[in-house]
Amino acid sequence: MLEEKNRWEEKPVEVAFNSITKRFPPDILANNQVSFEVKKGTVHALLGENGAGKTTLMNILYGLLLPDEGEIIIRGKPTKISSPREAINLGIGMVHQHFKLIPTHTVSENIVLGLTSTPFFFPAEKAEFEIKSLSEKYGLKIDPRARVWQLSAGEKQKVEILKALYRRANILILDEPTSVLTPQEAEELFATLRAMKEEGKTCIFITHKLNEVKEIADVVTVMRKGKVVSTTLPSQVSLEELARMTVGKEVISVVPRKITSDKTILQLQEVSAMGDRDFPALLNISLTVRKGEIVGVAGIAGNGQKELAEVIVGLRPVTKGHIFLEDREITNLLPRDIASSGVAYIPEDRHLGLVGEMSVAENLLLRGYSQPPFSQGFWVDWEKAEAYSEKLISNYQISPPLSDIPVRILSGGNRQRVVIARELERKPKLVIASHPTAGLDVSGVEAIHKLLIKAQEEGAGILLISGDLDELLKLSNRIVIMFRGEIVGEKEKEHWTEEDRREIGLRMGGVKR
Amino acid sequence: MDRRKFTRFHIEVSVQPSLASVIFFSLLAIILAFACGGIIFLFYHISPWVGYQTFFQGALGSWYAFSETLKRTIPLLLVGEGLALAFRAQVLNIGAEGQILLGAVAATWVALFSGLPPFLLLPVMFLLGFLAGAGWALIPAFLKTRFAVNEVLSTLMLNYVASNLVLYLIGGPWKGKGVRGFTYTDTFPEAAWLKTMGITRVPYFTLLVGIVIAVGGYFFLKKSALGFELRVVGSSPETAKLLGINEEKIVFLAMLLSGGLSGFAGVGEVAGIHHLLRHPDHISLGYGYTAIIVAWLARANPLATIVTSFLFGALLSGGDALRVSLGIPFQVVSVFNGLILFFLISTEHLSRYRIIWGDTKVVENYDS
Repeated sequence: MLEEKNRWEEKPVEVAFNSITKRFPPDILANNQVSFEVKKGTVHALLGENGAGKTTLMNILYGLLLPDEGEIIIRGKPTKISSPREAINLGIGMVHQHFKLIPTHTVSENIVLGLTSTPFFFPAEKAEFEIKSLSEKYGLKIDPRARVWQLSAGEKQKVEILKALYRRANILILDEPTSVLTPQEAEELFATLRAMKEEGKTCIFITHKLNEVKEIADVVTVMRKGKVVSTTLPSQVSLEELARMTVGKEVISVVPRKITSDKTILQLQEVSAMGDRDFPALLNISLTVRKGEIVGVAGIAGNGQKELAEVIVGLRPVTKGHIFLEDREITNLLPRDIASSGVAYIPEDRHLGLVGEMSVAENLLLRGYSQPPFSQGFWVDWEKAEAYSEKLISNYQISPPLSDIPVRILSGGNRQRVVIARELERKPKLVIASHPTAGLDVSGVEAIHKLLIKAQEEGAGILLISGDLDELLKLSNRIVIMFRGEIVGEKEKEHWTEEDRREIGLRMGGVKR
Repeated sequence: MDRRKFTRFHIEVSVQPSLASVIFFSLLAIILAFACGGIIFLFYHISPWVGYQTFFQGALGSWYAFSETLKRTIPLLLVGEGLALAFRAQVLNIGAEGQILLGAVAATWVALFSGLPPFLLLPVMFLLGFLAGAGWALIPAFLKTRFAVNEVLSTLMLNYVASNLVLYLIGGPWKGKGVRGFTYTDTFPEAAWLKTMGITRVPYFTLLVGIVIAVGGYFFLKKSALGFELRVVGSSPETAKLLGINEEKIVFLAMLLSGGLSGFAGVGEVAGIHHLLRHPDHISLGYGYTAIIVAWLARANPLATIVTSFLFGALLSGGDALRVSLGIPFQVVSVFNGLILFFLISTEHLSRYRIIWGDTKVVENYDS
């Protein structure tokens, strides 16, 4: 281990951050005296919660922001980077969390866009050969002539990486790259990063997933509240220690209770439905959720999970089969009727669950505005609504605790709390939770998990759809695996093992036993 | 050398513009529009100072001027508050001009051809006028909900249909018997005339209705369940679908209210001012288009349309004074309207910024 440390220390320094400080008025200190070194030919993870200052620091490195104090030293030379163009000239590339690609253009057109060497006519032709060779070298399989709108999120990310490599990037910044990827795609990304490392390229990898740090990073810098907590080798710290460093307190894990009832809450009988592109998305799905049970739905994104949630809540028509809530058939009822018979829905897309321009109080009332006690008919009793929202804000610890601010200015985690507060406060019989913690930081994830467990303890049946297998293993009493619109496996356990994880992972990829 | 530091400032971006900054930038847009508009006076070899003096005297300088402003405020208020409701639902009704004309046509039919007893004339004129305007607006509502036809185009194009319908009627079947070479209808019987305040040409009834609906519309949006649904549909149609809010119902409601109020305003014009149906440009003076700016400047708040419609009413009567006293064409007012809208849209973004004066450290502003 000591040897490993020595080997790392001997490597030349590619980028050094020297007391970087960045303020956002009025009183946000995004980066506070940040100093650390990134060595050449390494994958350097930058770990921290949302708002820890990781992205701000990387935006400074990429020339999008200027530091108030401190300097960046690149290959030994103090450098002022005042625009992304300068950063690119210095060999720095960045893959943003939200891709910056033009959907109607082809892959190669996107890659050459903005380069001065690009010819005016048929801009992409000349580049295609080099793009092909780059993509083979780094394992970034992609058709250069495909249009970007046709690509999955994982493929778009490959285009972004190729774009940086085509611009001769030696330092690649990746901002939470795996948040949009399936486990398999993440593996492919890691393989690419390893290939780049072999070439002597340097990667800075922003993440808040602890496992990834262990898997791919040579070095990790943990940030909290704008400061560097520690820069260390992942092999020298345990996951628990890393978690403690990021959140600053012990993370309490929740474990699901055993199921106490055999009562069926939700039953799907051979349900089929079409997807958005007139292609069967669900094929003969049969599934039950019992009272007080969390059923996890595992699967790679795009295998019917989204459609499954939508048919249950009434947003997508069922073409065949039946859905029952307790003893009542709810197949193809209106979304409002399904909701009012006791189904809560936490949608995958956050924009769907909330109205950004409306206040927190109004968003909390989106389900109840037309019914007693808030309304007797035409008018809404906003005083009652106000009191109700104050109560929910304090019970669900929504921050800042203000009911009249537009919900769009809340952080992602707090917006999700608003959705969950509204949905769970109705004491639903069934909760459909679709990727409820995607993109949230460690403490946000914990809080959401606790709320789901609480709903379970109160007797709700929960269908938990998630792309994060760890989350499913942590919370589920039972896991079903979806592949190409079908359920290809089902397991029920009190304790999940590494063996289970491997088996589920294989089935998600379509491997049958 | 010990030199005092100069006063420094920095710029803050706030996520939500304050009411004060919205008002400040709205006023700034109007002032900038007037500053640019001043150039027009120079083309006529009139000093902008004299020009604006005439303008303001014509708009607010006397009781007569004030009443002329009020006369033009009424249709702008009725149409503007309806459009404010529609815009809140993201229903972009650009067809108020045609809906006004349809209201006027319906009123004319009642007044001249229905044969109703005199005491029934006015109530039926307003009722049918409202329904005619609403019906005209329901065509695009139907096309939008059934065939996803963009309502901006369909409402706009129906304006030309309405305008030509009026031209056909006044030149053809409804042409007045005693008007010889002119194209307008006979004068309405006096029972179909709206009472005006004193010697002015300001009908009380429509003014009162306009104010009542502005207040009512404000509470409807803010406090009622249906108004809440309308705002949800307007800000996030996907969320509305998820919640099971009937979006088609909201589109129809928004078109019904904005079209109906426009038709109502059209009745007010023919019954209160002209007492006959005449050339479309004389009935409406572009109220249907100006009301779009009225609603916009009011940030789609029905209560605020009371202020903004008065402002544009003043602009119209001031423009009239320019024409009469200085011989400047009335179309100059349209130039002002355009400039105000232009500056409104271009300063919209600025209302989120705040300049902090003081001896603080300079921090470059940041836009996330």
